Amino acid sequence: MTTTEIAPSLHPAGPLTEAREKMGRRFAYGFLILSIVPILIGYAWLIIATLSIRTEGLLPRNAEGGIGGFTLRNWDFITDSAIWNAMLNSLLIAVAMVIGVGVASTAGGYALSRMKFAGRKGFLSMTLVLHAFKAEMLLIAIFFVLRWLGDIPLIGDYIGFNSVGGVALVMIALELPLGIWLMKGFFDNLPWDMERAALIDGASRFRVWWQIMLPQVRPGLAALSLFTFIAGWNAYLVPFTFTVGTKVANMPVFLSQLISDTAPTNWNQVAAVGLFQMVPLIIFFIFTQELLLNIYAGGSKGT
Amino acid sequence: MRVELENLSKSWDGVVGADNITLDIADGELVAFLGPSGCGKTTTLLMVAGIYKPTGGTISFDGQIVNAVAPKDRGIGMVFQSYALYPHMTVFGNISYPLRLQKLEKDEIRQRVQQVVDMMGIGDLLDRKIAQLSGGQQQRVSLGRALVKEPQLLLFDEPLSNLDARLRLTMRGEIKRLQKDLGITSIYVTHDQIEAMTMADRIAVMSKGVLQAYDVPEALYDRPKTLFVAGFVGNPPMNFFDVEIVQADGDFRAKSGGIDLVIPSDRAEKAAAVKGKVVMGLRPEDVDLVDDTSPATEGLTLTGETTVVEPLGREDLVQVSIDGVEMRVLVDKTKGVRVGDNIELAVNTTKIQLFDPETEQSLLWA
Ligand SMILES: Nc1ncnc2c1ncn2[C@@H]1O[C@H](COP(=O)(O)OP(=O)(O)OP(=O)(O)O)[C@@H](O)[C@H]1O
Ligand SMILES: [Mg+2]
Repeated sequence: MTTTEIAPSLHPAGPLTEAREKMGRRFAYGFLILSIVPILIGYAWLIIATLSIRTEGLLPRNAEGGIGGFTLRNWDFITDSAIWNAMLNSLLIAVAMVIGVGVASTAGGYALSRMKFAGRKGFLSMTLVLHAFKAEMLLIAIFFVLRWLGDIPLIGDYIGFNSVGGVALVMIALELPLGIWLMKGFFDNLPWDMERAALIDGASRFRVWWQIMLPQVRPGLAALSLFTFIAGWNAYLVPFTFTVGTKVANMPVFLSQLISDTAPTNWNQVAAVGLFQMVPLIIFFIFTQELLLNIYAGGSKGT
Repeated sequence: MRVELENLSKSWDGVVGADNITLDIADGELVAFLGPSGCGKTTTLLMVAGIYKPTGGTISFDGQIVNAVAPKDRGIGMVFQSYALYPHMTVFGNISYPLRLQKLEKDEIRQRVQQVVDMMGIGDLLDRKIAQLSGGQQQRVSLGRALVKEPQLLLFDEPLSNLDARLRLTMRGEIKRLQKDLGITSIYVTHDQIEAMTMADRIAVMSKGVLQAYDVPEALYDRPKTLFVAGFVGNPPMNFFDVEIVQADGDFRAKSGGIDLVIPSDRAEKAAAVKGKVVMGLRPEDVDLVDDTSPATEGLTLTGETTVVEPLGREDLVQVSIDGVEMRVLVDKTKGVRVGDNIELAVNTTKIQLFDPETEQSLLWA
């Protein structure tokens, strides 16, 4: 949205309405600033904490209790390969989820929206019911499935228990009911005529899906990808349950491993790792801000 | 291309879309499917296109049964009411899409698209996105996309119903001219009978999935075979009266309440066999106001009181109450008819239609 056209108002703006508009804008900004302050303070505290030995409120304290005591020690983990490994695992899980959920949801959503086949109704209601199950309830069953997958020759090591692939598979499965229903909804709203026109123009059914229908649901797919990426990036329960040790840990699991029961926890270091985990997400948001606004503003812009 | 539909039917568990449709379309002919909403026009068209599978009957192109042929192999082009353009492509992208799927050379595609857009007068819009076009321009693009394939058969599904009245008039003439110039066999679905009457070589009138009549426009207008066709074709619609045909003094007369008309014997004879009432049809334009220039004749007039007068421009549409029975007639505006006037109407009884009230079939045209 680079330009905004405003319809000419019916009445020429007199000094009175102008003043009122100004007031309104001031009020809006004031409200926004007020509501954002607590969040900003939270982030400020987080950043200060990661750079100090210890903090008291927002104030960093040194060993003697005076103000000061800045240190970069909390960030030492940056040079540790374990965190980069965890980051990579997080990224792998998130990306695998975006791809897996994206492909399966658009294909499945299209089929459920547009094609007649036996068991279609049953499948639809079942996915809804499945979505109602929380992941926690399924953990034990999934564990057995993953163990079994791990026994498959050749690929078992990549998709079984204690593997990044296995975690991604489970996360994809848990995300699919929502994704399929979401995409089905988007396809339901597309006119049949466009599809018929493409069939008459000479496209195969697959090509209709790929070249004609998919571009129409792009905003929906973008939103789904975003939710999925965040869900994958922040995934904790599933990776924590189905991985052992640091090799296959993702960022949230790595973070939890810093909090030990036996040794005193360095909370400032935990804060630093937490901040570090957010960096990619923040960068991601900065770059996709405009796209996101468009999605939330109601889908495609038309042009 | 010759098109033949034989006993073509389509139903969805209980819902009938088209019921036993049989008709043939000659090479180069433009046939209109005309009927009220929900009568099965689109259903029939989509079966011809190959989008819907018939539940019964056959479709033949040039004597070849094509029931099992895929839409893309039927050599058809189709224009939809919603235009059904691809919004993520430019005008060029839309029109060239069928050719790109045929994997033609880039140069040939460009050349054929250019030819079509020049014909449609949209050559300067090639790089526009669809959302940046007006309804009329979108209509042209969609027609261009249908034509670029050089189809053997063109299918139109109410292509003009989303346009304003003036543009509809222009496009009507344009489509008709294009169709005749290119000599492409066409099926044109519409619920606008003026569109059907002016454009079509023959009109298939449908109702509730059934083909009611299939004939040239004049025949449907002058010699309607069923009550439905008589009532549906013509605007404003035909008036119907329940009358009894009686023979007196060698004349046939249609009588009922305030109606007492002498009917030409060639028409009345066919109805005399029916005992009791028949339905008499009279078009609003087949009457004249009785005044000094057109004097009254005994047995050829109706008198009544006007209840509504709607100016249509050149004429007034006047509603007359004839002894309690309402009738609509067209009267020259210069006659200055006003509500509450008692008027006398001279009836052109040679144009009268007669129907069997039971079978709703015409008694005049078997
Ligand atoms: N896919 C479908 N499934 C079930 N019933 C259908 C389907 N398509 C059409 N019908 C039914 O078949 C009948 C004919 O529909 P059709 O679309 O052919 O009407 P139409 O003559 O084109 O009407 P309109 O002028 O409103 O477009 C209607 O009763 C409709 O409800
Ligand atoms: Mg229709």
